[in-house]
Amino acid sequence: MGARFDLAVTLALGPRVLTLALASDADVIGLVGPSGAGKSTLLRVIAGLERRAIGRVSFAGEVWQDGATFVPAHQRGVGWVPQDGLLFPHLSVRENLGYAARVPVPAVAERLGVTALLDRRPRHLSGGERQRVALGRALCAAPRLLLLDEPFSALDRPLRARLAADVAEWARAHRVPMVLVTHDERDLAAFDAELWAFGAEGPARVASA
Amino acid sequence: MTLDVASAIRLSFVVGLAAAAMGLVPATLVGWALARGTFRGKAVLSALVLAPLVLPPVVTGLLLLRLFGRASPVGGALDALGLPVPFTLLGAVIAALVVGFPIYVMTIRGAIEAVDHRYEDVSLSLGVPPGRTAWRVTLPLALPGIAAGIVLAFARGLGEFGATAVIAGNMEGRTRTIALAVYALLDAPGEDPRLTTLVGASLALAFAAIVGFEALTRWQRRRLELDGR
Repeated sequence: MGARFDLAVTLALGPRVLTLALASDADVIGLVGPSGAGKSTLLRVIAGLERRAIGRVSFAGEVWQDGATFVPAHQRGVGWVPQDGLLFPHLSVRENLGYAARVPVPAVAERLGVTALLDRRPRHLSGGERQRVALGRALCAAPRLLLLDEPFSALDRPLRARLAADVAEWARAHRVPMVLVTHDERDLAAFDAELWAFGAEGPARVASA
Repeated sequence: MTLDVASAIRLSFVVGLAAAAMGLVPATLVGWALARGTFRGKAVLSALVLAPLVLPPVVTGLLLLRLFGRASPVGGALDALGLPVPFTLLGAVIAALVVGFPIYVMTIRGAIEAVDHRYEDVSLSLGVPPGRTAWRVTLPLALPGIAAGIVLAFARGLGEFGATAVIAGNMEGRTRTIALAVYALLDAPGEDPRLTTLVGASLALAFAAIVGFEALTRWQRRRLELDGR
């Protein structure tokens, strides 16, 4: 049996061919690297949102993609939180959180500190508030795997550490593994993350100190 | 000349409304396919939809007459169902629908293309299947643009002339819409006061439609947060 995460794909993005290979049994994978390296694309491949990717993706013994199968995104049960949050602009915060909720919204709102914002529209939120709601929307869907793309980038440092600690605690309590993309290694402090550096050659495991 | 201004305005309204209503579902489906679809023959579909925009309306009317005339299978079948097309109000509606269809489809296509497809990606990743994602995310976000398409199609249908004259004729009280009434009055000697009324009505309706279109377009931009915060 292979590793929990097992991924080997190539993806042509215009003239550039991205080769991504990653195998790991860790609960939290921290992907660090400069912007533009393809970290966000890797998350989209795992989520099943890059139909052009060719190769193999499996998670927890389930094949999500290989030559013969492609499990569509809506059947993978991942919680993908894109970098800019992408809150549905036509829905209130409450409706965003409840959009695909399988767990009670108020508890998640409370944990992420957005209870006071529930009746607002996304356009009336700050960048940091948007990120928290986007995280909350993913958590409400009770995912099997969290894919977080720079989830704390719009927050200032103290708030950042606190939210990271909250998310880490939630993930441990619910036993949900995650892949966390960041350009700032300090974001990983709250997590017991296996570190992968994302360079020109794709992701590479960083030997633990 | 027997020519009732109120009847012409009423008929124009009926034709414009009916064309906008009948075209809504097909225009949305085709606009959607052109905005989001990747399929063989997309360019052909696009060209077919645009054809009435570049064909002389009189030619479109002639083609429609061939298609819907009693001698053709389609026209014969409709006639047998008690829905004759040539020289009827239905003919005027079909002419308005076909001639207005390109602008209808293009407006809706633009509205759907303006919706960042990553909203759909988020919905899918949350476990919502494609059909429900379209219904709950894409459609509501494109709604003001789709409404703008309805307004344009209605406005275009109000004033349709060339194709209408060929397939529906210029029959008082039945197919004589504003445009055809104006045309009929051009031959009348002297300045007919009814002409002034009809021109005024045309200008007012066109202006109202443009104002509505602009308001809906602004609403679409606000809805998609394209105007900043």
